[in-house]
Amino acid sequence: MFFTYLRRELRRRRKAALVVASGLALGIALVIIVDSVSAGMGKAQDRVLQSLYGLGTDMTVTKAASAPTSSDRPRFRFDAQEDGDDAEQSTDHVMVQGFQTLAATTVDKVAAQSGVADAVGGLSLQVVKVSGEFTRGRFQQGGSGGTEQGGPGAQPGGPGMRVEGGGADFDVDSHTVYGTDVTRPELGPLTSSALTDGRTFKASETDAAVAVADAAYAQKKELKTGDKITVKGTEFTLVGIATADSGDAAADLYIPLSRAQTLADAKDKITTIYVKATDSQRIDSVKTAIQKNVPDTTVTTSADLAETVSGSLSTASSLAEGVGRWLSGLVLATAFLVAGLLTSSAVSRRVREFGTLKALGWRSRRVTGQVVGEAVVSGLIGGALGIALGLAGAYAVTAVSPTLQAQLGGGSGGGQGGPASLGGGGGGGGFAGPGRQAAARTLDVALTAPVSVTTIALAVGLAVAGGLVAGAFGGWRASRLRPADALRRVE
Amino acid sequence: MYELTGVSKHYTRGKDTVRALDDVDLTIADGDRLVIQGPTGGGKSTLLQMLGALDRPTSGRIVLDGTDLAALPEARLTRVRSENIGFVFQSFNLIPTLTAQENVETALVPLGVKAKQRRERAAEALASVGLAERLAHLPAEMSGGQQQRVAIARALVKRPKVLLADEPTGNLDESTRDEIMDVLDRLWKELGLTFVMVTHDSALARQAPRLATLRKGRITVRENAAT
Ligand SMILES: Nc1ncnc2c1ncn2[C@@H]1O[C@H](COP(=O)(O)OP(=O)(O)O)[C@@H](O)[C@H]1O
Ligand SMILES: [Mg+2]
Repeated sequence: MFFTYLRRELRRRRKAALVVASGLALGIALVIIVDSVSAGMGKAQDRVLQSLYGLGTDMTVTKAASAPTSSDRPRFRFDAQEDGDDAEQSTDHVMVQGFQTLAATTVDKVAAQSGVADAVGGLSLQVVKVSGEFTRGRFQQGGSGGTEQGGPGAQPGGPGMRVEGGGADFDVDSHTVYGTDVTRPELGPLTSSALTDGRTFKASETDAAVAVADAAYAQKKELKTGDKITVKGTEFTLVGIATADSGDAAADLYIPLSRAQTLADAKDKITTIYVKATDSQRIDSVKTAIQKNVPDTTVTTSADLAETVSGSLSTASSLAEGVGRWLSGLVLATAFLVAGLLTSSAVSRRVREFGTLKALGWRSRRVTGQVVGEAVVSGLIGGALGIALGLAGAYAVTAVSPTLQAQLGGGSGGGQGGPASLGGGGGGGGFAGPGRQAAARTLDVALTAPVSVTTIALAVGLAVAGGLVAGAFGGWRASRLRPADALRRVE
Repeated sequence: MYELTGVSKHYTRGKDTVRALDDVDLTIADGDRLVIQGPTGGGKSTLLQMLGALDRPTSGRIVLDGTDLAALPEARLTRVRSENIGFVFQSFNLIPTLTAQENVETALVPLGVKAKQRRERAAEALASVGLAERLAHLPAEMSGGQQQRVAIARALVKRPKVLLADEPTGNLDESTRDEIMDVLDRLWKELGLTFVMVTHDSALARQAPRLATLRKGRITVRENAAT
């Protein structure tokens, strides 16, 4: 009788049940969407961090920040050419990223610390290639001839004087090169890329003139496996192409570490040590140990790095965490309350019905159970609707995949941070401080909304809870009805 | 067998106290048929509630077959109702979402009767009030007279000792009224029930062998010598 009665009530009073159910559905759908979007944000952030660190890296060690010396600034020299000579000139300038290096021996010191499972060093370089034509300009004023050298982008020299015909037509092309320890392929930025063509480095190629290119860079430059690439006069053979898992690679080109050291004139120097801890729970104590025992270093963990993520990703992330959770909580609480009040008012419209059942000898508990049962089933229907709605919403987010931007490292480099600008002779080094390899990068990450089993379980739990809350309101009311209410004349 | 002595029921509403029943003494023998009449607000329904173990009096004793209902806890009263008392209400009080058969079955639920038996007994009871063809009908699909017959079947399916009817024809038109009265009288005789009925119908009251009148909570009982 319990189920017959319940089924009949829900079927014949569909509207009331649907109102209760859809309120809960809305709340539950919101919880699912907020939950899955938050999970998507977390994933996006992980991907951002992973693209910098590579898989398995728990922290990086870099040189402690200090002001860069002005002599490190790049300088370009070109000769202006005679008229008619339009030969192209080009020059490469190779700089150590962040201008700060550590001795290669630091890797062993870090590896010796307790809790360190593995440590691998690498050298990040920035290569600026300027190529183009540079021609002399000519002053033109009345009859007074004479030529003078015009700089790139010649400006009028003074009143009545113009520089004509001089100037430059050139490209500034900047790309990043990462010198990787080819004997230790298990750690470092290359681990977050998958080889899509050719091969990776052999352990024996410690000083070979070979390179692996990032797929995005290879596509831009139309490079294929087997091509030759010249960096500062050295010709490298491209042996493979790797695609970054996150779509954003740590470097454009990867070459053997000692080759990178030679290019940058940084013998036995490295910029970053990638550290894997023995226990991911002990990262903080390992960080402390390294900072204490290996002087003049900065240790950055993923957690530290995550704090420096800014841009629309972190804005959206904090929105989801803040407003999203708050809103879904509010909607859910309101839905619970409304479901409770509706159930309770449904009971007062059925006073005579329940009174009659009590007059027939139904125990109070049985009548209450009927009310609670109806509410729980309404709640479950609401849960099912909510899960469907939430899944649809999460699927829509994933289908649209809105692009979020993540800025890393900006503004926290001890005064020398700031967005990366190529300091082509401008004011002081424009790179964010060390401690962030490829500092102050902006990454585009597609937002997805993966729905986990836990989220679904949470939704089902909420549906049952909502039904029970509604049932509690109604059941309490029903339990207080007297059998004599069966004789009540007015409803 | 009912023995009521000094039964009073007072309702308090704010400062006012309504004496719905005021020191009522009454005896009803097994198999007796008692008709109660009186003006609206006289206390008729309240008396039926006391007889039907729906509520306890403010004071006095209501002894049914040796048990004082006034002294029983709610759980025991519930059992008395489920086993011994059948109710018929003025406005039928059928569960609108259940079919005729299911409505009748509700009376067997507290007795723990198995589903199959419940269905059979409900069908039998409906047949005995002439509704064998209406088992699957909803209350809204039936006339007032038919609904009241379903309610009678529900009251009697458990074979109670007592049948209590509160203005059972109050919501029906004249021809249906007689039909329902015939059904009630027939079943009263067939089943040997103790039958107490409240009515506004003075013709019915006049014929009654035993007539109680309630005015302002006070009762007067008249035996009708004519029958
Ligand atoms: N639950 C109640 N609360 C307060 N007063 C009530 C209640 N039930 C009945 N009464 C009052 O008791 C008196 C008797 O009512 P009732 O027994 O229903 O009369 P009748 O059935 O004869 O019309 C009336 O004055 C009525 O207002
Ligand atoms: Mg009445």
